[in-house]
Amino acid sequence: MEPRVIDTAGVQALVDALLARGYTVVGPTVRSGAIVNAPITSVEQLPRGWGDDQEAGRYRLRGRGDDALFGFASGAQSAKPVFFPTEEVLWRGRRTPDGFTVEAEDLQDDRRDDQPGADAPYALLGVRSCDLAAIGIQDTVLTGRRPDAAYAARRAAAFVVAVTCSDPGGTCFCVSTGTGPRPGPGRGAPYDLALTELLEPGAHRFLVEVTSDRGAEVLGDIGSTSATAADLEAADGVADRAARRMGRELETDGLKELLYAAAESPVWDDVATRCLACANCTAVCPTCFCTDVEDVTDLTGSLAGRNRVWDSCFDADFSLLHGGRVRASTGSRYRQWMTHKLAAWIDQFGMSGCVGCGRCITWCPAAIDITHEAAVLRREAAEQEALP
Amino acid sequence: MVPRRFVVRSSRPDTRDTRTLELSPVDGGPLAFDAGQFTMLLAFGVGEVPISISGDPTAPDPLVHTIRAVGPVSRALAGASPGTVLGVRGPFGTGWSVGDGRGGDVVFVAGGIGLAPLRPAIREVCAARADYAHVAVLYGARTPDDLLYADDLQRWAGEHDVEVQVTVDHGQHAWRGRVGVVTELVARARFDGARTLGLVCGPEVMMRYSALALLDRGVRKDRVRLSMERNMQCGVGLCGHCQLREYFVCVDGPVLPYDALEPLISRAEL
Repeated sequence: MEPRVIDTAGVQALVDALLARGYTVVGPTVRSGAIVNAPITSVEQLPRGWGDDQEAGRYRLRGRGDDALFGFASGAQSAKPVFFPTEEVLWRGRRTPDGFTVEAEDLQDDRRDDQPGADAPYALLGVRSCDLAAIGIQDTVLTGRRPDAAYAARRAAAFVVAVTCSDPGGTCFCVSTGTGPRPGPGRGAPYDLALTELLEPGAHRFLVEVTSDRGAEVLGDIGSTSATAADLEAADGVADRAARRMGRELETDGLKELLYAAAESPVWDDVATRCLACANCTAVCPTCFCTDVEDVTDLTGSLAGRNRVWDSCFDADFSLLHGGRVRASTGSRYRQWMTHKLAAWIDQFGMSGCVGCGRCITWCPAAIDITHEAAVLRREAAEQEALP
Repeated sequence: MVPRRFVVRSSRPDTRDTRTLELSPVDGGPLAFDAGQFTMLLAFGVGEVPISISGDPTAPDPLVHTIRAVGPVSRALAGASPGTVLGVRGPFGTGWSVGDGRGGDVVFVAGGIGLAPLRPAIREVCAARADYAHVAVLYGARTPDDLLYADDLQRWAGEHDVEVQVTVDHGQHAWRGRVGVVTELVARARFDGARTLGLVCGPEVMMRYSALALLDRGVRKDRVRLSMERNMQCGVGLCGHCQLREYFVCVDGPVLPYDALEPLISRAEL
């Protein structure tokens, strides 16, 4: 289907059409001084006129002085919690006179209303290219080998409206990781529609590219006009300008070999003097997938079960064995995280685990920068090689 | 991720802190497994831990687990009396593939509870003893009281022509056997390194030095296999806890060849 054009009222019509189809529409909103995804019903809930300033360890909203609906960079959280909730019931069991019974089905009954998953299916509005790539990575991790049924069900039911990033942040490096700034078919997770916001005075509009039958159907429900050559050119311009304004850079060439060879680098001890092992980076990372299981019982011990909750390789007990912790030092945990993300992930899943969204840099309270540490390791390796 | 129910048929003490349980499925067939694989064993309302299978792979009913009580879950499991229903997920992970040693020598090196995951492979070899040349079981424990499977050790030596050598870290007054580390047994056992498959299970540091001792005897790096222990929770490579650089130990392991492990286990805290 040829690209179409809608205006702000058209975005509202799109939200209405998705709601009418039974989707819970999740889009960016302003909350607690940040851009945060939340269920929405109206365009008025989108961060109209808000941008952001992001630096290592720093995030501030910034008034843009225009009407942009998507004029900001990566929000505080990606789509990860929508499909991969922070807490999920694996099973519930009941003690019986001769043992116990286990119930895995009808977990919905066990779910509290405030728990993610209760409102599926979801339509995601405004998913950036980096986060689309992250969804694609999570699809591979969580359904590629042994399918996580609950995740797969939520993903299959979801409708995705992607958006071209127009104003990347100071910690962004999706150009380095080849994951943005413009959504492209075949790059990252599939999506149904892609918007590119065109902010010309008096002609605030959105180019809509259609990449699925479902997307065409929904777009058919709302008024749109055909895109002109000028519209297409303007959209290309938005993406080109964004690509030139990446705040960070990551040299990915030979990164796996570099990290594998750097297992005993002094860099890890240096990072450890700054790293708080707070796990902010793994919480905001759109691809981090590690989980813990919690065994729960009621007071009588007659009801028991297991919940799966997000975990972090920075947690002290993450590597706990009965003999102690495999990774006791903070340096070894940072090494694990960074080596996994940028190197071991390639061996495990045939792709890097980093999409260049910059969240781990922005939300690190100690301003630790994965691109900087990678550059230090590269410089160190070059110096080693230069030694006689 | 949902456990199957198994009922404890028998429980016998091995040592002061270790017991061997025999389990049968409440419904469904027995749990077919490869020697070296493990299950996630659940004590209802307490929790779940990885325990290797120590029974006979050719006769998987009953499911046999030797459990050392070291934490709340393993204490509850080891203390489960006959009739108790436990949860079982699995079997998970890679096996020893001891059959790769056919036509040559096989050396089993065990430290402490590490004999339990090796037992199915030793039984596999004993069941087809003529297919193998020299077979040795080299076993180190902390004290004579910590020795597992005394009957098996005697049977393997007496009936299956297996060289069984035992050593302890600390002897007691009645102990007439060897005192010392298991690597010393590797140095003097009667096998031909050039045609040997070495299977090692025990504490990580013991496995590292045992592997080196096997290499010293001329065993090829890719013919030495270790069973790695890491924090395992899901058993299917999803939870991330057991990662050893590129390996998910619960899926790619626990049994991994030494040539793959060498650069990893020689580094602290990897």
